[in-house]
Amino acid sequence: MRTKRRPVTKLMVLLAVLLALFHLSFLWGRLEVPLPQVIGILAERCGLSVTPTWTDTMAVAVLHIRLPRILLAAMVGCALSAAGTAYQCVFQNPMASPDILGASSGACFGAALAILLGHSGGGVTALAFGFSLLTVGLVYLIGRRARGSRILNMLLAGMMVSSLFSAGTSYIKLVADPSSKLPEITYWLMGSLSGAQGKDVVFFLGPLLMGLIPLVLLRWRVNLLTLGEEEATAMGVDAARLRLVVIFCATLLTAASVSVSGMIGWVGLVIPHFSCRLVGNDCRYLFPASMLMGGSFLLLVDNISRNLLATEIPIGILTAFIGAPFFLYLMTRKEGA
Amino acid sequence: MGILVQGVTCAYGSRPVLQDVTFSAQKGEFLAVLGPNGAGKSTLFRCLLGSMRGYSGTITVDGEDLRTLSPGKRAKKIAYIPQSHRPTFGYSVLDTALMGTTRQRSPFLSPGKPQVERAREALRRVGADHLEGREFSRLSGGEQQLVLLARAIAQDSEILVMDEPASSLDYGNQLRILSMVRELTEEGYTILLSTHDPQQALWFSHRVLALENGAVAAEGPAREVLTADLIRRLYRVDTAFWDTPQGPMILPEVKL
Repeated sequence: MRTKRRPVTKLMVLLAVLLALFHLSFLWGRLEVPLPQVIGILAERCGLSVTPTWTDTMAVAVLHIRLPRILLAAMVGCALSAAGTAYQCVFQNPMASPDILGASSGACFGAALAILLGHSGGGVTALAFGFSLLTVGLVYLIGRRARGSRILNMLLAGMMVSSLFSAGTSYIKLVADPSSKLPEITYWLMGSLSGAQGKDVVFFLGPLLMGLIPLVLLRWRVNLLTLGEEEATAMGVDAARLRLVVIFCATLLTAASVSVSGMIGWVGLVIPHFSCRLVGNDCRYLFPASMLMGGSFLLLVDNISRNLLATEIPIGILTAFIGAPFFLYLMTRKEGA
Repeated sequence: MGILVQGVTCAYGSRPVLQDVTFSAQKGEFLAVLGPNGAGKSTLFRCLLGSMRGYSGTITVDGEDLRTLSPGKRAKKIAYIPQSHRPTFGYSVLDTALMGTTRQRSPFLSPGKPQVERAREALRRVGADHLEGREFSRLSGGEQQLVLLARAIAQDSEILVMDEPASSLDYGNQLRILSMVRELTEEGYTILLSTHDPQQALWFSHRVLALENGAVAAEGPAREVLTADLIRRLYRVDTAFWDTPQGPMILPEVKL
C-alpha cells in the first residue's frame, strides 16, 4: 500500500475540494442565486462596496439561511471526523466511532429531556451538550474504578452507560405527547442541519477550537498511543494523561456536534478510514486529512439532503445510506489494495 | 554509574510477584535475565519501564531514583524493545524508528529534521536502512526486531531493556540479533535482556540474573553462575556442560 507518497500535496487537494464545495454550496437551493450575485453578497458582507445586483430575498437566503448552514455542515463534519480519528487511536481499535463512550446517546437523552420539558432551540442544545459530557465523564470514572485493562473497561462501561441513556430516551419518547413532542423528538434524533442559525455557528465555534487545537498540536504523540500504554510510556509519553486529553477533546467535539445537529452517524467512522487509505496512519497527516475530508463529506451530503427531494431528507439518514455501503466497499477492497 | 535495583518487592493483589529483588548492571554490561515462565521477569521489566509503579524498594539509574523522574526523563535513561509488536495501525519503518525520538521534542511538536536524521542513523546502525519506506507490519519477524532495536537506539537512552527479543526469530536471526546486542555493549549501552535459552545467556551475556518465584535465585558472571544445578533448579531439566574451543556447550539430557 503506497500511502505515504506526498501526503502534503494530498492535504492541499483536500483543502481545495473543501473550499470549492463551500462556495458551490451557495448556488444550490430552492431559490436560485447565480454565482456573481453570491460573490457580490458575500463581498459586501465582508465590507467591500459592491453595487447590488441582487434582490433582498437573495441576500437573506445567502447570508441568513445558507451561510450558517454551510458553515455548520463543514464544521460538524470536521469535528465528527476528528473525534472519530482520535477515539480510534486511543482505543487502538479501527471500529471506534465518536459515540463509543456514549457521547451521542447522552446528548440524545439530554435533547429528548429538554424537548419534553418544553424547551426549544438553545435550551435543547445546552441540555444535549451537558448530558453528553456528563455521560462520558461517568464512563471515564467507571472505567477507572474497574479492575483489569483500562481500555477494555472504558469501552465496556461506554456500551453499558450508552444503553442506559438510550433506554432513558426511549422512556421519554413513551411518555411524550404523541401529537406534538414525540415527532419533534424523533425528528431531532434523526439528525438535521435545517434551521441552522448564526448563533449555532457561534456556539459551535468554542468547543470546536477547544477540541481541535490540542488534537492538532499533539497529533504526533497520539501515534504513540496506538502502540499501547507500555511502549508509549517507555518512549517517554505520559500515556494515561495524553489519553485523557485526547478523550476529552474528542468528547467535546462529539458533544458539540450532536447537540447542534442531532445524531449524524457514520461520518466519524467512515471518514477516518477513508483518510487513512489516502494518507496512511501517521496522525501528523491523518488528523488534517480527516478534518478536511469530513467537512467536505458532510457539506456534500447536506447539499443532497436539502436539494434532492422536495421535502428535506434528514442528514442522519443520508449519511447512513451513503456511509454504510461505502464502508462495505472499502472493506471488501482492502486485501487487493 | 549503571542501574541499581534494591529490594524491589511487588504484588498483584495479594499474590507476591517480586520479592526483595536486588541486583545491579554496570555501564557497558550485558545482563541476561533467566527464569521459568511466571518467575517475574516481565513484572521486573514493567517496574523498570515505569508502567508498574506500585512496587517497594528503589530502582536508581546513575544515582537518580526512577520514581522521581518524569516519563520523558526516564525514557532518556531506559529504552524498551518489546518481544513482538503487533501494531493495530500500520506505520512505515522510518516512522516507527522516529517514534523513539519523541521525548526529544516538546509534546506539541512533530519530529523535525534532526530527529529524522537520528532515526535514519539508528536504522543504518542495525543495517535496516534499506527498509526505510516499507510498512512495518509487512516485514518479517527478524526485520521487525531490527527496526524495534533501531527505535530504541534512536531514543538515545543508556540502558536497553529487551523482553525475549529472540523468542520469535529463526535460528540465524536469533544469533544475529544477539551478536548485534553484544556489539552495542561495546559502544557503552547497558543491556538487560530476558531469555529462555541458557545457552544464549552463556554465549552472549556478561552476567546473569536468575529469578525463581519472584526472588533472585542466583546473580553473577555468566560462566560462574550458570551451572547444571541452577538449570535443574529453574527448569527441572538435567544438563551436562561440555567445554569446547568456543566456550561451554549446554547439553540437555533428554530421552530420545
